[in-house]
Amino acid sequence: MGSELIHRLQFAFTVTFHYLFPQLTMGLGLLIVALKTVALKTGSEEWDRAARFWGRIFAINFVFGVVTGIPMEFEFGTNWARFARLSGGVIGQPLAMEGVFSFFLESAFLGLFLYGEKRISRLLHWFSAVMVFVGSWISGFFIIVTDAWMQHPVAYARLPNGQFEVLSFWRLLLNPWALLQYAHNMTGAVITGAFVMAAVGAFYLLEGRNQSYARIFLKVGVIAGMIASFVIIFPTGDAAGKYVARNQPAAIAAMEGLFKSTTGAPIVILGQPNEQTGQIDNPIAVNDVLSYLIYGTTRAEVEGLDQFPRDQWPTALPLLFYAYHIMAGLGTWFALLMTVAAFLLWRKRLYTARWALWALLLSFPLPYIANTAGWMTAELGRQPWLIYGLMRTSAGYSNMVSAGNGLFTLLGFMGLYALLGLLFTVLIYREIARGPEPAAATAEALHAD
Amino acid sequence: MLGFIWFWLVAIMIAAYVILDGFDLGVGALLLFLARSEPDRRAALASIGPVWDGNEVWLLAGGGTLYFAFPLLYASAFSGFYLPLMIVLWLLILRGVSLELRNHLDLGVWRALLDGVFAWASALLAVFFGAALANVLRGVPLQPDGYFFLPLWTNWRPGAYPGILDWYTVIGGLLALAALALHGALWLTVKTSGALERRARQMATPLWALVVALTAASLVATIAVRPATLNNYFNHPVTFIVPAAVAASLAAMWLYNRSQRPQPMKAFLASCLYLFFMLAGACWGVYPSLLPATTGAANDITLTRALSGPHTLAVGLVWWSFGMALATAYVVFVYARFRGKVDAGETH
Ligand code: HDD
Ligand code: HEM
Ligand code: HEM
Repeated sequence: MGSELIHRLQFAFTVTFHYLFPQLTMGLGLLIVALKTVALKTGSEEWDRAARFWGRIFAINFVFGVVTGIPMEFEFGTNWARFARLSGGVIGQPLAMEGVFSFFLESAFLGLFLYGEKRISRLLHWFSAVMVFVGSWISGFFIIVTDAWMQHPVAYARLPNGQFEVLSFWRLLLNPWALLQYAHNMTGAVITGAFVMAAVGAFYLLEGRNQSYARIFLKVGVIAGMIASFVIIFPTGDAAGKYVARNQPAAIAAMEGLFKSTTGAPIVILGQPNEQTGQIDNPIAVNDVLSYLIYGTTRAEVEGLDQFPRDQWPTALPLLFYAYHIMAGLGTWFALLMTVAAFLLWRKRLYTARWALWALLLSFPLPYIANTAGWMTAELGRQPWLIYGLMRTSAGYSNMVSAGNGLFTLLGFMGLYALLGLLFTVLIYREIARGPEPAAATAEALHAD
Repeated sequence: MLGFIWFWLVAIMIAAYVILDGFDLGVGALLLFLARSEPDRRAALASIGPVWDGNEVWLLAGGGTLYFAFPLLYASAFSGFYLPLMIVLWLLILRGVSLELRNHLDLGVWRALLDGVFAWASALLAVFFGAALANVLRGVPLQPDGYFFLPLWTNWRPGAYPGILDWYTVIGGLLALAALALHGALWLTVKTSGALERRARQMATPLWALVVALTAASLVATIAVRPATLNNYFNHPVTFIVPAAVAASLAAMWLYNRSQRPQPMKAFLASCLYLFFMLAGACWGVYPSLLPATTGAANDITLTRALSGPHTLAVGLVWWSFGMALATAYVVFVYARFRGKVDAGETH
């Protein structure tokens, strides 16, 4: 295997694994604020305990987010040295700002939130929950600004030595791509948080345990989940698609499997792209819809892959196509499921509708899949560019690090992360089995806090 | 001018990292020796529990700042030190996980295992960081394009094409281990009480002697391996005040840690100063190179060669000052809330 591929695989593997954790942190961060707000307003001890329970899940998840995040920061230099050398002046800024503005904040207030409750006022404890939420969302923002500049470089100039230089700080931070991506991505994180919370509620009801907490979890999870499931499609998903179509036309053509430019372009719901013949095998498609979604009229022409030289096609075309369709397909399922669940909640039938509880329970892995598929869409669609239109991926990897060394560390990460995944599962399972009820806390658990 | 400012800002962030994360690494390295019973272990770990993550952020923030202010240096050093850095990452992962999760399962074996992982990872990290610094002082085989790649070791001799580990960098690694262990022991004398505090104070004395010996050895070795290190000092003789300050802080550590009338806080602060002046002295020894080449000074990565564009640096100065003021406020806030000795019963 060539060393370029190994570097790509290592980066993709480590970032995909990392993002499993922050998506829950960011989503739960918001929901914990919701729980704490109700607790503060009503003085309810039960809502406070619910918040404490999710605080413990948050804390475990956070540890894994932190330790898997550190490699990401290093890999720009270790695996993408030639890219780092030229781009540092621009995207080194948001990366450094993430550390300076959010990680310090988060680490300071998380300790207060988790261990300080007995020593500070209720209001200050609520405030520390808000600050943890703000810290995690700021961190998401800076990382997305970084990514967005690679997708859609703005506000830069080139120095004589080839390095990129920022021209405007604010235009870098307010890159329209970043704002759209941020809105869409954070909604995706809320979906993960909401589905996990609702699934734990459903699990307790199906088990017949912790029933009053289960109702709180379901209520908050379903309401937040329903809102987010709609927002992720419209306006945020829709806007993301339109922006990609205008700025990365080859990417959208590949995502949609559009090989030839077409007026009244169809949307392909199912099918397999065939790069050899340049068509979709076994398609189920609806005419005109794609043109309408992108340009607001069924008659518009959408550029197909035939408009682009072969060496500018996204490299992993079928994977890109499937990833995009999985994300959009799951998005449809989320909206349906949550609408039904919200309807049942409103009619006060959700807590006894076992089939709905089962559906909610079994759906908890799906947001993880959708978020991962979404990132694969974004990152594979950017190929073969590392910085869109400016620098090829093949020009950016560390060519002084040999394929053998890269393979060794990739395997090392895989082994270590397999262990981490196992550990994470055991610890989260234990927390859920223990439940929010203080009576369930054994002497040992009290010690552990 | 901007280059000069950013050089020192990055240096200060790295120094802050070494001083802050240094004591929790040191506590980790000493854990198995000093804290044998479960209550002692809990007290030792509680003394770093609320702050270690924040301490580690200095590494990330410092690394990020290095990336944008000196991209060539970041790119060259991180890819050239590929293998040791990956090992450092794995150690950081193991260390963070073992510290945070030891109390999550009530099994003696589990805790013993994670304490062992934590201690070994902490000690090895200290060695790797020291060796890394020694690599920078010795120089690396930079090619004209600004890159290099170092194997883990070759024939253990510094020369034009050395390995990451040679006799010189091993001295650096051992010095770092000893100095951070001492730093950690002094931290424990500040934060803990009873038998643990006493043992930490006793342990500090032989560690101190070791640090003095290794400091002297590393000084001699550095001059032997790269005589040019002294140039800046001879050109600006006032700067000999830095090595004098190193010696003074070593003396202060010893004075304040004596068991008749110990002043733990002062001894710990003296250790902070020691680390700070050692790093400052090293920086001054290579300045204005950032990474000297063993393949001829023309290949050195110098400050001007590595610097980002002027507008980038000017913009950075604005948010950096603002952000650092905020970050300092959080750090002060956390340490202030956490001041005084840890209460043995109150652990997490
Ligand atoms: C729960 C997760 C989730 C769900 C249900 C959806 N998305 Fe998504 N999508 C993401 C999670 C996500 C993401 C992981 O958050 C991405 C990756 C990068 C980003 O900013 O958001 C993303 C990126 C992303 C992109 C940008 C790709 C690029 O940058 O090249 C587009 C065009 C869409 N999405 C469109 C949609 C549409 C039309 C959906 C409607 C059903 C949809 N997404 C559902
Ligand atoms: C959590 C979300 C993310 C996921 C799941 C993800 C996924 C991926 C995948 C699958 C690839 C491989 C693409 C390929 O090689 O064909 C990749 C590459 C890459 N991504 Fe991301 N990515 C994420 C976020 C980011 C962010 C935030 C950045 C920038 C700050 C980034 C920067 C890169 C870089 C530098 C590469 C390697 C170069 C390349 O192959 O284009 N990624 N990522
Ligand atoms: C190349 C990409 C990435 C890099 C370099 C990176 C870097 C890091 C680092 C170093 C940490 C640990 C911080 C600490 O010590 O407290 C971290 C945690 C975190 N990251 Fe990432 N990250 C990347 C991708 C992402 C993405 C795509 C998101 C979300 C959109 C994200 C959101 C977070 C959050 C919220 C945390 C806090 C810890 C947690 O919530 O689990 N990161 N990241």
